[in-house]
Amino acid sequence: MSLDLVANVVVAGVLTGLLYGLMALGLSVIFGVVRVVNFAHGEMMTVAMYAATVLFAELGLDPFVCVLPVAAAFFVFGYVLQRGLINPFITRPEHSQFMLLVAVAMVLVNALLMVFGPSARTVQVDYQLESFEIGKILVDKARLYAAFAAVITASALFAFFKLTLVGKAIRAAADNHLGALVVGLDVKHLYALTFGLGAVCVAVAGCAMVLLVDVTPPLGPAYTLLAFVIVIVGGLGSMPGALLGGMLIGVSEALAGLLVAPSAKGMFSFGLLILVLLFRPQGLLGKKT
Amino acid sequence: MKRRQFNRALAAAAAFSALPGIVKAQAPKLKVGVILPRSGYLGFIGQSCQKGADLAPGVIKEMLGVDVELMNADFESNVDTARTRAERLIQEGAHVLVGPFDSGAAAAIAQVAEQRGVPFVINIAAAPQITEQGYKYVFRNFQTAIDIVRNGLDLIGDLFQATHTVPRTAVYMHVNDTFGQAMTKGIGALLPRRTQLPFKIVDTISYDPAAKDLTVEVSKAKAANADFLLLVCRLNDAIILRREMVKQRWNPMGIVSPGSPGMYEEQYFKALGKLSDYSISNVPWYNPNSKLTKVVEKAFLKQNPKDKLDFHGLNAGFTFEAILIAADAYKRARSTDPKTLADAIRQTNIVDKMSLGGPIKFNEKGQVEGIGSACVQNMNGLPTVVLPQAAAKAKPVFPAPYYKKT
Repeated sequence: MSLDLVANVVVAGVLTGLLYGLMALGLSVIFGVVRVVNFAHGEMMTVAMYAATVLFAELGLDPFVCVLPVAAAFFVFGYVLQRGLINPFITRPEHSQFMLLVAVAMVLVNALLMVFGPSARTVQVDYQLESFEIGKILVDKARLYAAFAAVITASALFAFFKLTLVGKAIRAAADNHLGALVVGLDVKHLYALTFGLGAVCVAVAGCAMVLLVDVTPPLGPAYTLLAFVIVIVGGLGSMPGALLGGMLIGVSEALAGLLVAPSAKGMFSFGLLILVLLFRPQGLLGKKT
Repeated sequence: MKRRQFNRALAAAAAFSALPGIVKAQAPKLKVGVILPRSGYLGFIGQSCQKGADLAPGVIKEMLGVDVELMNADFESNVDTARTRAERLIQEGAHVLVGPFDSGAAAAIAQVAEQRGVPFVINIAAAPQITEQGYKYVFRNFQTAIDIVRNGLDLIGDLFQATHTVPRTAVYMHVNDTFGQAMTKGIGALLPRRTQLPFKIVDTISYDPAAKDLTVEVSKAKAANADFLLLVCRLNDAIILRREMVKQRWNPMGIVSPGSPGMYEEQYFKALGKLSDYSISNVPWYNPNSKLTKVVEKAFLKQNPKDKLDFHGLNAGFTFEAILIAADAYKRARSTDPKTLADAIRQTNIVDKMSLGGPIKFNEKGQVEGIGSACVQNMNGLPTVVLPQAAAKAKPVFPAPYYKKT
């Protein structure tokens, strides 16, 4: 087996992993602050993918241009969903939250089925079948652009939480809910903002993902599961952990496909998950509670 | 109410309640439970098959004078769902089951049909074991994987001969579902005996038919540096794989399927445009010149004015034929009794048919033998028969020209 082949596969794994990481970042941010696990995460991403296909088909917009309107719409959707539907469940038992978000997921999948039918949809842009040649490594253009989008969005989110007053207030509310209330922060608003930001991550990931994967309504649950695996490996609530987890899953799947058997790729993600749960239950970059 | 009036009313009520039974006896219908994967990763193919089912009642009514009522069920490309859908259709009164395109689902439905004693006519599914179980109610009007591979490999030999090419190596990629494994077994058994074929397989790569990304698989296949790609695929994976080949700039002499769906499907052309050209599928195909094909084509175009039978001939054709087999048996049996119907299906002898090959006749295992294959190459956005020469509409192109972005 040549080194070129391994390098090609690893590069593809890292780039795909970054996109996976961005998707999982949304889940991690929402859990880290609101302490609600979004079981409709993959389904929300599927909606974003459909939105990108519709904008492409109707207006000819490149999926990366679609990011702006779709992300804005998802921010509003996330904000309203948290404020109107999820907020009353925050103090309820976890199984109630679970059922609520599973119900949201079911509604989204069935709504997509009703509107778009079961057929796969895709976008076809000029650069979709092109690659950059760097030495003996071929880098898929769409995958590279998608990874860039993931890195830029993740960086912007880190900067928002580190540098802005609202970001700091959200972190404060996440660290000490009672303290945040005592100092007069509008925690409900901050939670809704956080959910909106998580939805933005999903929207960006969805718009980029549609360049790599054809979208069908039942795609959501698989991505929800993948996002869970990533955030558990990376550390639930840890933002860098989500990106690291995404890359690890991307590379491990790629290498497993190359070195063991392509049809056993999925098995290795779950193998990695079991190892992390056994030896570092809080995840690679998670904090011990 | 007096006693006499009460008795009259009772008699009238009894006569009225018996009426549906009488009506049923006078104008019976054959209820056909059609189980197809109309959603999920096989969704496009299931919908293509459904087009053949949808036109069947009208055409059969004209041909045989038999009323067919379809009971449609979507098994969502999931074997367990196929089993429960079959159970439900039988509970709801289906006299015969037809479907399901997929070997795994066919095996599951066959078990249900056999347990419940309801005839099951398979439209498309190739795993040989389905008709090797000694089932009494299971019938298949489609080639087994072994037959598909045998015909497919023979046609590959013909292709090389017709194009004067001698590829020495192939990389074999296949889906790892029931069908893919059955085909792999068939290739493993038959290829070494086909000494006239000049190539050997240098690497075998299996993959999940529901895969969303085939980067690694294509990288591995490309690294094998083989002359051509021998492919057993489904539809969605075939599209992903073809795109990935272009991204990775892998240009083998061609993509040749020894007998699998995917590359002749309408969605393959729609999704890939010019990229779909030159892919080759050696598959059981329909005879465009048969009388029945022309009748079916007319009905097909009436129901689907924007469609072309070229894309659906295999799926819709074999699905139509499966329903035709059931209706023909029902006409001869004059009964919906499952055993009588199954016995009548066993005696089927349909000469005027859509598919290539001899008449539809079942052997003692419930398998039709002698169904013909064709080498179908995608040309100018249409699946085109290029071999055998007797049915060919164009000459085969191999090696395929390199893909160039226009």
